[in-house]
Amino acid sequence: METMLSSASREVVVGGERPTVLIGERINPSGKKWLKEALMKDDLDVVRREAVAQAEAGADVLDVNVGVFGIDEKAMLPRVVETVMGAVDLPLCIDTTDSAALQAALEAYDGKPLVNSVTGEEASLSSVLPLVKEYGAAVVGLVQDDEGIPKDAVRRFQIAEKILRRAEDAGIPRQDVIIDCLVFSVGSDTSSGSQVLEAIRRVRGELGLNVTLGLSNISFGLPDRDLINGAFAAMAVLAGAGCLIVDVEKVRPCVLAADLVAGKDSHARRYLADYRRRK
Amino acid sequence: MGDDLVKALVDLDEDKVRDVVKSRLEAGDDPLGIMDDARKAMEVVGDRFAEGEYFIPELVFAGEILKDMTTAVKPYLNKASEQKYMGKVVLGTVAGDIHDIGKDIVGFMLDVNGFEVHDLGVDVPPRKFVEKVQETESPILALSGFLTLAYDSMKETVEALADAGLRDKVKVMIGGGQISDEIRAYTGADEFGKDAMAGVALAKKFIAAE
Ligand code: B12
Repeated sequence: METMLSSASREVVVGGERPTVLIGERINPSGKKWLKEALMKDDLDVVRREAVAQAEAGADVLDVNVGVFGIDEKAMLPRVVETVMGAVDLPLCIDTTDSAALQAALEAYDGKPLVNSVTGEEASLSSVLPLVKEYGAAVVGLVQDDEGIPKDAVRRFQIAEKILRRAEDAGIPRQDVIIDCLVFSVGSDTSSGSQVLEAIRRVRGELGLNVTLGLSNISFGLPDRDLINGAFAAMAVLAGAGCLIVDVEKVRPCVLAADLVAGKDSHARRYLADYRRRK
Repeated sequence: MGDDLVKALVDLDEDKVRDVVKSRLEAGDDPLGIMDDARKAMEVVGDRFAEGEYFIPELVFAGEILKDMTTAVKPYLNKASEQKYMGKVVLGTVAGDIHDIGKDIVGFMLDVNGFEVHDLGVDVPPRKFVEKVQETESPILALSGFLTLAYDSMKETVEALADAGLRDKVKVMIGGGQISDEIRAYTGADEFGKDAMAGVALAKKFIAAE
């Protein structure tokens, strides 16, 4: 299964035996006071710099999120999307739970974006999927529904199936659905990592869909997070996650090493290029 | 002897805690005293966590050891102290939120203070709370939540209670994390509590006013 995303001038393809696509997570004000303050002051220069820095660190796609208490998402999201499009030529992942903001951002976008996200909740399915269809976007399906947050691989798989069915009913081709298997910290439940890995294998194997993860949640509340994130990234790549939402600067070397070991980096070109860049 | 138990729990020495509790219970020690040592130990664990010395898995593990302790002590508790029956409470962490360490402590303190606690667990949708209140005819609903999004879930739960025509029959208290009076007003709850003892005091107040 291959999912194509694009900006005005560039295409990125997720899936197959391709190297792991990295989605840069840093344009997101939650937990980043400086970014929230900049947005409140309408200082979009900060956003521009953050976009360029992530592109230079090797991001393939950039996630754009402005959802924080006190900011009018519907007005701000399209502006931030335009700012980032002006700064880098990477495809974008439009990240919001507000469907009016989503529509405004889709309207502003040039290319085929990834919409992050639709969940298995009825309200989300009925508001997000029609917009994804209308604008010809791809969509991240987050495995959570009206019954709540899944604890094991089985529930994750069931919700993924439901999202896929509803997306196809809405006229969205199956390759444009990427499932986010919903990572929770191993800090509170040590089985959480292995349940997610099992879910990735099933979603890939039985539904054939591409999979993504919000990777760094795995280490929430633990010390030396980069170590855990790196170990998990390697396992996720092997389990079949085609793209990861990460802090690219920090995680990319690990993912390149994992891609190499998993046979996704012919002649170690990418690994060596990054080695030289880091030197 | 109390120091032994406090230290064992603070050190997260599960086996030692089990042994000390068992031998103290068999020796006829006051079960309430044992639980008070547990409370002291949990305070130290909380402080260590706040200082960055302990991490979340340790906080969670301490909570689990505490749960096992409660199970061991409970049969003795009811026998020994002849707790006066106070009334029923429906308790849970609201929809979208899975933080349960604080809620469990609240449940445990209500329990040892003579309340019959119906704990629905975590990520509980409004409908489930309402159903449980109807089923048990409990006059108190205790909601826990630590995330900002929990405030909306609390609000929706209070509204669901009203929709079911139960709002004037049930007192609602909330707690967890950053909960304040402003948030209480936002959610439409009757009271909020900062810690488990405050929760017990509120529950007693609700029952007395009935
Ligand atoms: C432990 C923890 C976790 C654990 C929870 C494990 C578990 N089984 O509960 C795990 C790792 C799973 C976790 C996950 C997340 N967490 Co968390 N977590 C915490 C942490 C570190 C401690 C909370 C805690 O349990 N304290 C121990 C208890 C005993 O202390 P206490 O609050 O004083 O307890 C008393 C009162 O709350 C009161 N009380 C509680 N309930 C009630 C009810 C009533 C009626 C009454 C009267 C009183 C009362 O009585 C208690 C006992 O005296 C806090 C940070 C912090 N320092 O508080 C973040 C925190 C709550 N988490 C946070 C976040 C963001 C998350 C995640 C979203 C992270 C992520 N990116 O995935 C997820 C969310 C998952 C979900 N959907 O719920 C944020 C919340 C921010 C916000 N405002 O929304 C916090 C504040 C951390 C932060 N600063 O960012 N988390």
